[in-house]
Amino acid sequence: MPKLTIDGREVEVPANTTVLQAAQQLGIEIPHFCYHQRLAIAGNCRMCLVEQEKAPKPIASCAQPVSDGMVVHTQSERAKKARHGVMEFLLINHPLDCPICDQGGECDLQDQAMAYGFDRSRYKEAKRAVKEKDFGPLVATAMTRCIHCTRCVRFLTDVAGVSELGMVNRGEDSEITTYVGMALGSELSANIIDLCPVGALTSKPYEFIARPWELRKTESVDVLDAVGSNIRIDSRGGAVLRVLPRLHEDINEEWISDKTRFALDGLKRNRLDRPYVRRNGKLHEVEWREAFAVIAERAAQVPGSRIAAIAGDLADCESMLALKELMKALGSANFDCRQDGAYADPRVRASYIFNTGIAGIEQADRCLLIGTNPKVEAPIINARLRKRWLAGGFKVGYVGPALDLTYPAQQIDMAGAAAFLKDAKAPMVIVGTSALRRKDGAAILAASRALVEPREGWNGFNVLQLAASRVGGLDLGFVPGQGGRDTAAILAGCEKGEIDILYLLDADEIDTTKLGKTFVIYQGHHGDSGARRADVILPGAAYTEKDATYVNTEGRVQLGRRAVFPPGDAREDWAIVRALSEALGKTLPYNNLRDVRAGLIAANPLFAHIDERVPAPWSAFGAAGSIDPAPFVYPVADFYRTDAISRASPTMAACAGAVAAKAIPARKSA
Amino acid sequence: MLADKDRVFTNLYGQFDWTLKGAQARGDWDGTKDLILKGRDWLVNEVKNSGLRGRGGAGFPTGLKWSFMPKQSDRPCYLVVNADESEPGTCKDRDIIRNDPHKLVEGCLLAGAAMGATAGYIYIRGEFYNEALNLQAAIEQAYAAGFLGKNACGSGFDFDLYLHRGAGAYICGEEMGLLESLEGKPGKPRLKPPFPAGVGLFGCPSTVNNVETLAVVPTILRRGAPWFASFGRPKNEGTKVFCISGHVNKPCNVEEAMSIPLRELIETHAGGVRGGWDNLLAVIPGGSSMPVLSKSIADTILMDFDALRDAKSGLGTAAIVVMDKSTDIIKAFARIAKFYKHESCGQCTPCREGTGWMWRMLERIAKGDADISDIDLLQTVTTQIEGHTICAFGEGAAWPVQGLIRHFRPEMEKRIAERGARPMAAE
Repeated sequence: MPKLTIDGREVEVPANTTVLQAAQQLGIEIPHFCYHQRLAIAGNCRMCLVEQEKAPKPIASCAQPVSDGMVVHTQSERAKKARHGVMEFLLINHPLDCPICDQGGECDLQDQAMAYGFDRSRYKEAKRAVKEKDFGPLVATAMTRCIHCTRCVRFLTDVAGVSELGMVNRGEDSEITTYVGMALGSELSANIIDLCPVGALTSKPYEFIARPWELRKTESVDVLDAVGSNIRIDSRGGAVLRVLPRLHEDINEEWISDKTRFALDGLKRNRLDRPYVRRNGKLHEVEWREAFAVIAERAAQVPGSRIAAIAGDLADCESMLALKELMKALGSANFDCRQDGAYADPRVRASYIFNTGIAGIEQADRCLLIGTNPKVEAPIINARLRKRWLAGGFKVGYVGPALDLTYPAQQIDMAGAAAFLKDAKAPMVIVGTSALRRKDGAAILAASRALVEPREGWNGFNVLQLAASRVGGLDLGFVPGQGGRDTAAILAGCEKGEIDILYLLDADEIDTTKLGKTFVIYQGHHGDSGARRADVILPGAAYTEKDATYVNTEGRVQLGRRAVFPPGDAREDWAIVRALSEALGKTLPYNNLRDVRAGLIAANPLFAHIDERVPAPWSAFGAAGSIDPAPFVYPVADFYRTDAISRASPTMAACAGAVAAKAIPARKSA
Repeated sequence: MLADKDRVFTNLYGQFDWTLKGAQARGDWDGTKDLILKGRDWLVNEVKNSGLRGRGGAGFPTGLKWSFMPKQSDRPCYLVVNADESEPGTCKDRDIIRNDPHKLVEGCLLAGAAMGATAGYIYIRGEFYNEALNLQAAIEQAYAAGFLGKNACGSGFDFDLYLHRGAGAYICGEEMGLLESLEGKPGKPRLKPPFPAGVGLFGCPSTVNNVETLAVVPTILRRGAPWFASFGRPKNEGTKVFCISGHVNKPCNVEEAMSIPLRELIETHAGGVRGGWDNLLAVIPGGSSMPVLSKSIADTILMDFDALRDAKSGLGTAAIVVMDKSTDIIKAFARIAKFYKHESCGQCTPCREGTGWMWRMLERIAKGDADISDIDLLQTVTTQIEGHTICAFGEGAAWPVQGLIRHFRPEMEKRIAERGARPMAAE
């Protein structure tokens, strides 16, 4: 390991560390713009120049590998002079329009100009202005502010895997642009807003809304897919203004998908903020007490076996637990958390989680996707697959209709799957919900299981869930009890008049036309398809409005936190169930959040392991059977509109429109 | 004056046949097989002993550069030839390729043998259309004669040579920019390290050499290192093609011994300065990127690497631009600054932003529309660019301006003062 001296302090670092990284280990800060630890090194901003003894020129510390005996000064006159010079050059053509720039207050250029810049300009010539670009509905551009660090180009090319941004022209006329002047087409595109060190790329929906110092920051998790990306919710007053990624090395690193980031304007629209009761075919606003009374009156006439409950994709674990206990108290075994009817074996946890772990993808050497398109089902996981592919020695195959992924992948059929994975040292399969939703789901699960029998220290069997509630619901046993009905049987029962009361907890993805004359209670936050059919509406809280537990597709228990209060009379979901239980005379023993959380742990001790990935024991699951040769149908047709929140979001609608308008032939994977 | 018998480029002016037949008549491709068979070490050593320094501008010892190539490599090794001659004032490689292309082709083969390269790529400037035709024809003639390709010249050594035309960007003459461009990417120079001898073209060990450097190699090897080393001062040995342009009576390319006095060079070969030596104002000795020399220095300076370095300039490509007293020296350098502003690749900050700043200031100073303090600011800007960029373009852009300020500051001050004295109404 080479030993070097930085500012008089010795440090020993592994070979091929850069000088900048070595300095960071010592806690010495070297200013930089173009360098980003998750992107390729460009070395073009020249802000990180430092002096190296015996070197004729200052060196770019972000790109210079360390060598033994190197002596580096970051605070010498020469280093400072180099930095001052670069800072001045960066500012001469920068508009200095901080007062009207959205980046103000969280701008690298602003901060470093404070630390390393002059207090006045020596530049008397005309400044450069750059024509505005259109990067689509998410990213606002002010390219005159661009300092040409190319972070955005490197992100989209390397991480997102779409070569849609580039630098055109030369010298001071250089401009970052989409090659054909079109909107960006990546599910991860908005991460370039975070990466841009200046105000050239800012958030379009958040344009001129707030200053960073006005915002209250709440650390939470995302629920719009099953990845459980770690997010920071920025709010002011009662409004969620933006969602930013939060670092989690094992899940989302520091990226989030565009849906995670921008579906938030759906939280302000189409909300249920009052309880409603349907009378004579019309919904009427009522008080909570009255809504409960209507339910109680109805429930008193119905035996437990004719009551059923379905939990939707956005439901949290606390409310599912409370609802399950209530159903049991009412004598019903008819409840299910799988509104899409996907097959899962609730007794074997390994059968429904992503056993390898998202970070574990980086250890795999071959991957088979069965009935899943991770690019739209979980863009973050897709980015990890691409990262693994970029590192080399990784082959991807898929079973299903043709896919346009961000890495080369070979289309194979189920019969060729075993041959594809045969010689791999660390093979993984990812089974998607499109396979499990079919009648032969159990057979596909068993066949997939057989492909990757776990070996010492490696479990390559993975299910890529789509719903944030799914793993949590299965962990809690929110599945039909003894003799109970599953989703399909509940719906059939409703149609035939065998179910009198149906409780929908955030469940919007079921076919409401099949509900017949059933009395439907809908608890949720959006006036989506479930609420439209409901006889009683109980207004709940969206994920930004409650302290709630979710389990991601890896089986990792995570805590979401309340950033703002639910609107109007809406309440936290577990509390609604608790209040209803009292009205029904079956009072649940949950008087506060601590009680419910204790209940979670009692139901499944895994809930005590917050943010841990507990390996699931391996045993038999699935069922032998023949596999229907019919092709899979991928579940996500429109990435931008998959749930009640994103369907209510105008930004997501604009994105979907932009994608539809972008009529270019399918891009070949790089 | 260099005797005719000691000239390497005997067809520099194109009076003879440039094709293989004519080249062989002038001694090219004579005994090439034997030279290759003497082996890698002998070839490298002979070039080292000849004192040949790179003719592309930086003057790095050629033999030493070749010795950096790995002796054993599991990847192919490449020779890359920089024929992207774009430095204003320079036109030596053009004439070599046009009139003596076989010297280059044979030089490529020998250099390839010396560094164990499997193939050579010649990157020729896009504007050199006719030259590219000649060179391609020469390569094809060499292939047809069995001098290139499998078992080149019957030596058992396999070597392929390809010609690639650039699109006319100055920065693609920078070796790392050239490699990028050759790979099909925008010509934006790469960071060093890694150096090309480790990771070069297509990620394989490569060496980039100038056309003239390689074209003199066959003659050096045939006539022996001591012959070549007998010209010029120590460490500046050899002969060199000088390109003399500007305010002289007979602009020309001429091959001369290194370390020839500038005045002798101009008066012997270029017919002297227009209006006599005393009408001389300034000389750029090595292409537009080298600092200008005032007449007092030009009176006595020797044309070699070290003498010019000591005069705070450089031999560069040995493109001598002569300016007589009719020249508006500030305007001339504003034009040069505009060239660098136009050709900056825009990748790294100091060059992208600084070249435009220098150009605009010089334009103002040329009109006198400036303050005296702007001259100091201009000087500061040049030092903020110099040494802070990814490639040597930053120096190339800063040095001419520094040279101007060093030798012609009084002229700049006078221009500003004159403008200040004029009444505003006269605008």
